[in-house]
Amino acid sequence: MTVTNPYTPFLSKITEVIKHTEIEYTFRMAYQGDVLPGQFFEVSLPKFGEAPISVSGIGDGTVDLTIRKVGKVTNEIFENYVGDSLFLRGPYGNGFDIDNYKGKEILLVAGGTGLSPVKGIVDYFSAHPEDCQGFTLLVGFKSPKDVLFKKDFEKWEKNINVIMTVDTPEDGYCGKCGLVTQYIPEIPINHSDHAVGIVVGPPMMMKCTLTELFNVGFKEENIWISQERKMCCGIGKCGHCKIDDTYICLDGPVFNYTKGKFLKD
Amino acid sequence: MGYQTTLAKMNALFADLSKDYVIYAPKRFVGDGTFVNIDTIRYGEITDLAEIEFAEKSDYSFKEVLLPISETLFYFTENEMKEADAPKKGAIVFLRSCDLYGLKRLDTIYLENGAVDTYYKRLRDHTKFILMGCENSFENCFCVSMGTQKSNDYDAYIKVEGHTVLVDSHWDVLDTALTGEAQTIVIADSVTANETVVTIPETVPQTLFESPFWEDYGNRCIACGRCNFVCPTCTCFTMQDIFYTDNGKAGERRRVWASCHVDGYTDMAGGHAFRNDKGQRMRFKVLHKINDYKRRFGSHMCIGCGRCDDVCPEYISFANCINELNTLTKEEI
Repeated sequence: MTVTNPYTPFLSKITEVIKHTEIEYTFRMAYQGDVLPGQFFEVSLPKFGEAPISVSGIGDGTVDLTIRKVGKVTNEIFENYVGDSLFLRGPYGNGFDIDNYKGKEILLVAGGTGLSPVKGIVDYFSAHPEDCQGFTLLVGFKSPKDVLFKKDFEKWEKNINVIMTVDTPEDGYCGKCGLVTQYIPEIPINHSDHAVGIVVGPPMMMKCTLTELFNVGFKEENIWISQERKMCCGIGKCGHCKIDDTYICLDGPVFNYTKGKFLKD
Repeated sequence: MGYQTTLAKMNALFADLSKDYVIYAPKRFVGDGTFVNIDTIRYGEITDLAEIEFAEKSDYSFKEVLLPISETLFYFTENEMKEADAPKKGAIVFLRSCDLYGLKRLDTIYLENGAVDTYYKRLRDHTKFILMGCENSFENCFCVSMGTQKSNDYDAYIKVEGHTVLVDSHWDVLDTALTGEAQTIVIADSVTANETVVTIPETVPQTLFESPFWEDYGNRCIACGRCNFVCPTCTCFTMQDIFYTDNGKAGERRRVWASCHVDGYTDMAGGHAFRNDKGQRMRFKVLHKINDYKRRFGSHMCIGCGRCDDVCPEYISFANCINELNTLTKEEI
């Protein structure tokens, strides 16, 4: 039996680079194949290693990978990407199933780069608002200069309810300030016991957001979360992402909260 | 088929097999242990059955034959990658019954959990396993508690008694080579009891995750990872890229053993990490071995070899930990 080597990366051309901040760029990569929001690729740079990066957009023959310059591999990608290609493996993980959310009231709460893995959901429902009963994107960034996907916000705001807030405002900023949690009670949800919540962000932000969602009547079974862990192999072997009997790379990173709440490191 | 033959005949047979196989067995490395005048028993290549340490338990397990400590996956030059070649020869591995169960755990992770691992499979497909019996239980073994003291899932069982060798063969190559030798019934030695007995709790309630019980281990464990590295069922690794100093455009990607007890195991980009406390790491490992692996795959991961207890420089006993956890679980329920 010939076994396809699951560690073999393929070369993917960078078709566009979208700069959001000094340290966060979206790399639009050539890719033909099925992929879901919330799945991830192992981005590979020979001599420097691999890094798991969430899919932040799905196009015709492309996938977007939003990368923060924060480590050995990503530093090198930012330094040497110009006009070049990257090696990819994937997509891995289960991703978000849009069908779970169709026909529902949807509240998506994201913190910082947590918006990347769920951006595909926002893209879909802002393009197909008729497929849900209402869609609110509530997203928080540290400061105005940390805001990602600025051009997409202009497009989204035409069709869905968008609340964007920053922790620390700067001179000249006239948008919303404060934590995402303080805006949850103000969001017009008609039937919170049937509404869908999607929460992705830093661990403390997710914990506080979930508490607030339950306070306003959301049900555990209607909430989806995405977990972030070190994922070295992406295929259930290396063990780094394992929690309890769950491999985040195989069984996640997207979980219904009824399962996700039992994942304790 | 069981045979009685001579040591000379078996050595000649293995010499012949060594054309196609590298033969690995536990060997005594005199004075190579941690302290002065301490030997170590670990796996190495043998050319004579007399080199095998039958009388004592090996400090290290067989797993490094199938899962090398450092294994090159690719060689690369700028934009080209070449998969590392497979070993030219297969392998024959001498091991004990509990280790044969450890082999099943490796198979489960590397062949069944997610995609088939190419590198493991290409070694595994060309490896034969020869059982070494246990006449007596060794210190810290608790195989009987884990149900791993007896296995028939071997390619051959070999027992050396002076110049006589008893063989039980499940391998046609050996049957052919031993045609004409005296046939006899050979039953593998196995123990029926260990001095160490463990009782594994049926399920460990999540409320015990936060128990102060783990703090004792946090205070004692020094995160050296030895318990992971000697364990035949620990399968974790991490990937490393290196490039050659005399040619910066060429290099290789390797996987090397990693360990849930060692600092840095859960580090993510940006500096966030999970289970910084060593007690939490102990909890993670213990529950992996005797709780959550079973929930996912149907059997306990631990095979009761006791090597983790043998090797811990802080005298942390995994077996005692399980028994105390069982007591705490009963109190909790």
